[in-house]
Order: sequence, then C-alpha cells, then structure tokens
Amino acid sequence: MELLAFGDTGWGDELFRATLMTIAVSITAMLIGFTFAAIFTPLKLSKYKSLNYIANTYTTIIRGVPELLVIYLFFFGGSGAIMFVASMFGYNEYIEINAFVTGSFAIGIISGAYSTEVFRGAIQSIDKGQFEAAEVLGFSKFKKFYKIILPQMLRLAIPNLSNVWQITLKDTSLISVTGLVEIMRQSYIAAGSTRDPLFFYSFAAVLYLLLTFLSMKLINRLEVKYSRGY
Amino acid sequence: MDFELMINSFPKLIGATVITLKLLSVSLIVGLFIGLLFAILRLNKNFFINRFAYGYSYVFRGTPLLVQIFIIYFGLGQIEYLRSTILWAILKEPYWCAIIAFALNTGAYTSEILRSAFQTIKPGIIEAGKSLGISNKIIFYKIQIPIAIRQSLPAYGNEIILMMKGTSLASTVTLMDLTGVAKYIISTTFKPIEVFIVAGGIYLFMTFIIHNVIKFLEKRYSY
Repeated sequence: MELLAFGDTGWGDELFRATLMTIAVSITAMLIGFTFAAIFTPLKLSKYKSLNYIANTYTTIIRGVPELLVIYLFFFGGSGAIMFVASMFGYNEYIEINAFVTGSFAIGIISGAYSTEVFRGAIQSIDKGQFEAAEVLGFSKFKKFYKIILPQMLRLAIPNLSNVWQITLKDTSLISVTGLVEIMRQSYIAAGSTRDPLFFYSFAAVLYLLLTFLSMKLINRLEVKYSRGY
Repeated sequence: MDFELMINSFPKLIGATVITLKLLSVSLIVGLFIGLLFAILRLNKNFFINRFAYGYSYVFRGTPLLVQIFIIYFGLGQIEYLRSTILWAILKEPYWCAIIAFALNTGAYTSEILRSAFQTIKPGIIEAGKSLGISNKIIFYKIQIPIAIRQSLPAYGNEIILMMKGTSLASTVTLMDLTGVAKYIISTTFKPIEVFIVAGGIYLFMTFIIHNVIKFLEKRYSY
C-alpha cells in the first residue's frame, strides 16, 4: 500500500494522473472516431459504387491490420507527413507533434472504422417506412435526418457503441509504446523503478477493470434514456 | 515511394509471418479448449463455479491484452517460488508467455461465444434426444456440441481475426513477429509508409484467407 501513497513516497498521484490521461485519450479518440464515422457512414450507404468502395477500403484495412502497426505508422510517420504538408506551404522547420495528438489520432481512426460499421448497421435497420413517411410529410432533408433518423439510429447504435468504447479504451494501452504517460506507461515506469512489476501491472489491470465497469454503468443509463417510448 | 525497400523487406516480413502464424495457431488451439471448459462451467448450476467462470471472462475481456502479457512476462518472474519450479523453464521464455496470455485472452472470448451458442440451442432438440433414449453424454457430444459449433462459427471467425491482430503485441515482449520486424525496419530506415503497406498487406491477406475459410465452413455446415 505504501507504493500507492500520494506525494513523493508513492505512485498514487502519478497513477491517478495517468488514469485521467487514459480517459482523456479515450474520449478524444472516440470523438475523432465519430468524426470519421460521420464522413464514412454516408459513403457506405451511398448509391454510388465508387463512394462505397472508398468507405469499404477504410473499414477493411483498419479492421484487418493490427492496431499496434497503425500506431507505429502514426508514431514514425506522423511528423513526416505534417512536415511534408507544411513544406508545400513553404514552412521547412522541424515539426514535432506530441504523443497525445498522434496517439488519439491513431486510436481515433481505428475506433472510427468500428463506429462506421455500427452506424451503418443502425441506419440500415431503421424501418424503410420511416424514411418514406418523412418524405411524404414534406420534411426537408436536414430535418428528416435530425428529427427522425438520428434519434432512432442512436437508440439502435448505443449498445454496439458501448462495445466500440470498450475496444477504444483498451486500445489506448497500446499508445504507451509512443511514450505517452497513460496507465500502462506509468505502470511501466513505476515497475521499473520499484522492481515490482507484478504489483503495478496487476494494479493497472484493476484500473482498467474499474474504468470499463464504471463506463458500462454510465452507458446503461444512456441506453435507458434513448429507448424512452419503446 | 521507395519500392526497393518494399521489395527488400518483403522476405524478412514473410519470415516473421511464420512466427505470427505459430503464435496464432498454438494460442487458438489452447484457447479453444479453455473456452469450451469455461463455457461448460458457465452453464453449471452451482453458484460458485458459475461465478468463477464469469469472473474469469470478465477480467480477461475487461483489461487490455497488453496488461495481461506484461503481468505474465514481467510479473510472474517476480515470484520467487515460481522460479524454483519446473514452470520457470516455460515462464522465462517470452514466446511461451505470449502464448499463455493469448490463449487465456482468446479463451475468455471463446467461452462467451460458446456459452451463448449453447444457450440458443432449442430445448426441443435436447428433449427429442432424451425421448429417443440417448444418454446425456451422447446428447452433449453428438447433438449439443455440433450445433453449438455451427452457431458460433461467424462470431468465432471474428475472434480469430481479432486474435491474429492481437499477436502483434508479442513484439512488446521482444518477439520478432510480423509487427516486431516491421517496427524494426521502420525505425532503422524511417520509411514508415512503405513498410506499413507491405506488413499491412500481409496481415490483410491473412484476414482475407481466414474470412473465406470461415465462410466456406459456414456454408458447409449450414442446415
């Protein structure tokens, strides 16, 4: 227990901050993922074959290639890509992007592929009559989406999105290879300096379990909220 | 694009794929047995046995695979007692530590897949077996297991692909699997995109093969 004391003598406060970092990266990655899903879900559902093809390439690659490899691509290739773009605008200094941005972007792209599939499934399982009814009633395209499709889609998507959240949360542990101090990295540092890996990695496992447990509780509440009227 | 690097790194990456496939196949076989065992324990009516099996799958599905590997590889070596037993010969090898972690991890997911498959078997089928005078044991082996396997094929196919991606974590405990070698080439040449295309292509090819084999099996065993 001394090992977990807050302050200079223990690792309590460091691990607490690391846990906050894990939560921050997970949420950022999830939001980036939603942005990708918002772009690729319409492409998947589009009637144009070429647009479907683009979206399918994205989801197939991400779901078929290990997360760690994607993270290495971003970790080693990220600043190179940014510098290449910047050089086109005449900026030739060295640019370093921090581990938080690289990490949440890499995990976000992965999480986005899963979210895209979830949203696609949810929209496809909405009754066709709902779309037709909205059109017959003269809703504008915008209103049709926000007032009729989106609420029904969310209800159907939330249970599967909670899976995506769990996957995303666990995937953030992989960012530790880039040096971002989240739960895994902090445990690695603590384990190295105290020579007590068993304790710190087990404690990390407990922290992850706690996070998944608490987020499940929260998501269940959301589920209840969005299934009002059913 | 450095095509020369892509061509040169291809044989090295293919060589590393062998290790990836070894890790995958051994841990899937062991994991399948663990999964079946825990699925049966989950269906047991004894409260403690049931909770124990549930706890196992909850812990292994709720924590990242990376933590599990680190606990087994770095953590277990710390227990003095283990070092004196015969188990140490296994636990000091990163290869076996990775396989133990993968097998326990995929075992947890497999147990959930099999459990739900067992639970969706219609009671009428089992009752029909009983009324024909077939013994419980034969009902289990000849009726329940084949139906459960068929039911769980699509989900298990996904699990195989997830596990294949999971084997990339072996590179964090010094094993030179496909991802490990890819990372090594990237960090020596600083050509991440080229290496990613080759290594990612190999992974995608494996995903493609697994996907089609499962699809074939699904068709073959559909009724």
